[in-house]
Amino acid sequence: MHTETFSYLPPFSDKEVQAQIDYIIKNNWIPGIEYTEQPGLDNSYWRFWKLPFFDAKTSAEVMEELKACRGENPGAYIKITGYDNIRQGQVLAFVASKPGK
Amino acid sequence: MAEKQKDMGFDAGVREYSEAGRYYYDPDYTPKETEVLAAFRVTPQEGVPWQEAAAAVAAESSSGTWTTVWSDLLTNQERYAGRTYKIEEIPGHPDQFMAYIAYPLDLFEEGSMANLMSSIVGNVFGFKALRALRLEDIRIPSVLLRTFQGPPHGIQVERDRLNKYGRPLLGATMKPKLGLSAKNYGRVVYEALAGGLDFTKDDENITSQPFMRWRDRCEFVMEGVHKAEAETGERKGHYLNVTGGDMEEMYARAELARDLGSRIIMVDYLTVGFTAFTSLSKWARENGILLHAHRALHAVLDRQPNHGIHWRVLAKWCRIVGADHVHNGTVVGKLEGDRQSTLGVAKLIRDDFVPADKSEGILFDQPWVSVPGMFPVASGGIHVWHIPELLHLFGDDSVLQFGGGTLGHPWGSRAGATANRVALEAAVKARNEGRDLMREGRDILMEAARFSPELKKALETWKDITFEFDTVDALNV
Repeated sequence: MHTETFSYLPPFSDKEVQAQIDYIIKNNWIPGIEYTEQPGLDNSYWRFWKLPFFDAKTSAEVMEELKACRGENPGAYIKITGYDNIRQGQVLAFVASKPGK
Repeated sequence: MAEKQKDMGFDAGVREYSEAGRYYYDPDYTPKETEVLAAFRVTPQEGVPWQEAAAAVAAESSSGTWTTVWSDLLTNQERYAGRTYKIEEIPGHPDQFMAYIAYPLDLFEEGSMANLMSSIVGNVFGFKALRALRLEDIRIPSVLLRTFQGPPHGIQVERDRLNKYGRPLLGATMKPKLGLSAKNYGRVVYEALAGGLDFTKDDENITSQPFMRWRDRCEFVMEGVHKAEAETGERKGHYLNVTGGDMEEMYARAELARDLGSRIIMVDYLTVGFTAFTSLSKWARENGILLHAHRALHAVLDRQPNHGIHWRVLAKWCRIVGADHVHNGTVVGKLEGDRQSTLGVAKLIRDDFVPADKSEGILFDQPWVSVPGMFPVASGGIHVWHIPELLHLFGDDSVLQFGGGTLGHPWGSRAGATANRVALEAAVKARNEGRDLMREGRDILMEAARFSPELKKALETWKDITFEFDTVDALNV
């Protein structure tokens, strides 16, 4: 099983995840977190963890949310997303956490 | 008799195209926002003055003919004449010049690329007073542009439909080009997709030959696609080439692909002709199927530096009529394509506003007024070592296709696909972390090869391949 972007690389450490969130914020995109227990082929809408973080200034804030989401959902796949409201869509999405991590 | 007609106000005979009052040459004219603008590289016959040659191009591609006719007097020439409003020298080519022509909107039918082409690249290209003629660029006004459909879906919708974000998409053309049975072909598709590719592709000259009929290919290929999707959990597609001998057959092929669950189809957009391409594009939007456009034939039209139609124009026409992917150059691979010019075309394919930039051969501002962008496809002689540079050149919104570079892997196409996917993701990750792809590309790949034996093997296999020949159609404007 794979999960699209970055799923052919070894699992990311938290430091590597945070570097990608930095990239999202640097581009003025909006970071967000989604999670699901069933990352199937036809599942376009994973559950939102809160809303996208429209006011996030640092990647550290988003990492705190990722850890909180992970704590409450140990059996979930958790995805980091980047929204570009000019393009009106996601421009980055990758699974940052898998069940049992 | 002739004298009598002259008395009646009709001046019969042949007049200079550039004569004042005939509108075809008017250096004081300011083009309107609603007009189609064209830039022609003109090589006149010896002894033909530039103004006259330029006026002749404007006349022959709009309302004029070789002689005056009495019925000219029944219309308003000022309203229908194409006008050469600017002539420019071309450095290093004293026998050529650039003619800028403005065409009134009323010359063109709404939504008909065939009509636009018959006017602007029609009879005028055989005009005897010219030794050669090349359409270098064209500006389509917004009022005309919005009478066309544009790409059936566009880049962002394709990403949403495929659930792929933040990286180029990865494909491969199935080889050998011709001669595989349908079942063997489906095997090659399945292996490459299961190994990590997003797409596999029919070659442009595969349609429904005796060795592999359409229905057989379609059924085996789709079994392979669905199996690879189920195994990987990722959405995938095979560009099923629906190019056929007539429109009814093309629709029938597209419908079978749709009914078997294909997410994407393909067409050779130049060889089928623009009208057939337009119909298929509309079908693709109505049916929610992505459309991949291959550009077979383009080099016949665009490779001669002084005659024909520049690729940037053919690419613009492709976006206007509408595909979701179109082949563009690779810059680094085996096929012709000037570097700056190819990067300029990538902008014309994707961006919403493209400013004139002579360093890229773009001679007019082109607003796209929200017509979606297409993925430029880089294909032909590229392999895993090229990935960092290709990512640097084309960015995330591109499709990188490694045919030989996938299927030629010593361990087979599944391993070849994995090698390319690992290399691509490693390069994207490194770029996002702030690393310089051009300077550190080699290190990035070597680091990734430490955890991917497939990539390590691919890097060893293709370490010495380059394609270094001079470009025939080098940029000069």
